[in-house]
Amino acid sequence: MRRTTLAAVMAAAALAIVGAGCGSDDDDDGATATQAPTAAATTEAAPGQIQENPENEKVHVTVGSKNFTEQKILGEIYAQALDAAGYEVDTELNLGDEKTALKALEDGQIDAYPEYTGTALLSFFNVPTDELEGIDSEQAFDLVKTDFAKDGIAALPPTPFTNSNEVAVSGETAQKLGLKSISDLEGQSQDLTLYGTPECRQRRDCLLGLQETYGLKFKKFVPVDPALRHEVLEKGQADVSIVYTTDPQIKRNGEVLLSDDKHIFPPYNSTFLVKQSFLDQAGPDFQKTIELVNQGLTAPAIQELIARVDLDKQEPEDVAEQYLQESGYVVDDD
Amino acid sequence: MNFGGAIDFIFHARESRAGGTEVGGSQLLPLIGHHLLLTGVSVAIAVAIAVPFALWLGHIGKGEFLATSIANVGRAVPSLALIAFFVAYLGVGFENVTLALVLLAIPPMLTNTYVGVRQVDRDTVDAARGIGMSALQIMRRVELPLAAPLIIGGVRTSVVNVIATATIAPLAGYVTLGDPIIAGGVYGSDGQLGAAILVAFIAICAEALFALLQRAAVPRGIRISHQLSGGTS
Repeated sequence: MRRTTLAAVMAAAALAIVGAGCGSDDDDDGATATQAPTAAATTEAAPGQIQENPENEKVHVTVGSKNFTEQKILGEIYAQALDAAGYEVDTELNLGDEKTALKALEDGQIDAYPEYTGTALLSFFNVPTDELEGIDSEQAFDLVKTDFAKDGIAALPPTPFTNSNEVAVSGETAQKLGLKSISDLEGQSQDLTLYGTPECRQRRDCLLGLQETYGLKFKKFVPVDPALRHEVLEKGQADVSIVYTTDPQIKRNGEVLLSDDKHIFPPYNSTFLVKQSFLDQAGPDFQKTIELVNQGLTAPAIQELIARVDLDKQEPEDVAEQYLQESGYVVDDD
Repeated sequence: MNFGGAIDFIFHARESRAGGTEVGGSQLLPLIGHHLLLTGVSVAIAVAIAVPFALWLGHIGKGEFLATSIANVGRAVPSLALIAFFVAYLGVGFENVTLALVLLAIPPMLTNTYVGVRQVDRDTVDAARGIGMSALQIMRRVELPLAAPLIIGGVRTSVVNVIATATIAPLAGYVTLGDPIIAGGVYGSDGQLGAAILVAFIAICAEALFALLQRAAVPRGIRISHQLSGGTS
């Protein structure tokens, strides 16, 4: 059901990111984070512009990110926003997987990088997936924040968007079989071929959850390179494919995401991880700036930004700049 | 990541890192079975294609450029790219991966067989022709046995390549020993290292096996002449 709201917003104006802003992210709870689109009307007007503070000039920050498009865009957005706030900024936007990125943060090679709450819980804190069933964005963030605090790392309030696993079918399949939620697959899944990553086969937040929590039996599960997740759907090899919320191909190919009505997929909102020792001496503008630019990062917004990089072949650096300007956080002074 | 944990993973099943399923130990058996089946089928098809073709090329003494170019180009194309390329025509699954691995396995066999046949003493071939052997007989009874050690050497290289590369099969719909290496979130780093050790072990076994075969394939006459020349010097 959330899917349709997002789609509506997306259709309304992919570029009017401001309009989709989720309003205030409270410091601690990130409560409004997931109810992005509807909250817009009730909260304060368009987010403000980033104020440059000469005081920040003496603070040097290295922003990191992992090595895929969404992360690079996020890294660029934060780097440019901090730069606009007067910080001295460097970037290190090609850090491999989450373990590499966290190690770089711990070793002081970088001062901050964006990480997903779900990834942190599953990969860093080894929370078993069955304990994550039914958890919402806010609870996930609270867990992550508490766990990281013990390691001297601050997790800043997360983005409104979540980049989670999704069950996708082609528009045609959805219409033919009358599919809206994952539960609608009941009684039909035995004729459908499911494609997912090799990991999916043995994960509860993937195939195992679909089998056990939803009670679905698929005709066949085929593990495949994650890079092919949309291609197999497009070519008709897969009837159902596991994709990620922010994939721009969903919109372009007219895929339909089935809502996870039994909540097997944990939330993957992006939180900016900062070394606490660094945050303490970085001044109040640091967190303020990150929270400000996070407001516009809804699912349709990030999807559009990724589309500009992956499909339109623009540079993450330019796309991040467009985001900051189109949202009014930074005024074009060229 | 530690060695002891990886060895333990190979011999004992454990709860997966993501929970909800067992991995390692006896759970690895189907993966090993798939890995060997995929390797066996791919190499067998490659042998059936490459050896007769190169034997014939070597026999007529032509196509050296062809044999070496195919081999060199073949070696340069990454298997993962091939698999991605075939997805459009074959879909993913056993056939797709097999085809990619066959193409990987052909070049070393092609080169070795060709060279093996060309290095057969021309006097021997002339003698065979002189006693009235047909072209097919010369290939089968003179050139093939004399080239056998080199041909098996080519197969040996291919087998090791294929065993190592079959680890990418889980990215294309067929679950092999590459699965623990790729799906680290499920198997953990012990699983990744454990599976890597297992693949390396299988490759070394295959290497040793083919080394023995290669020695056994040296025709008796040649072995005797080697011994004689070794004895006199």
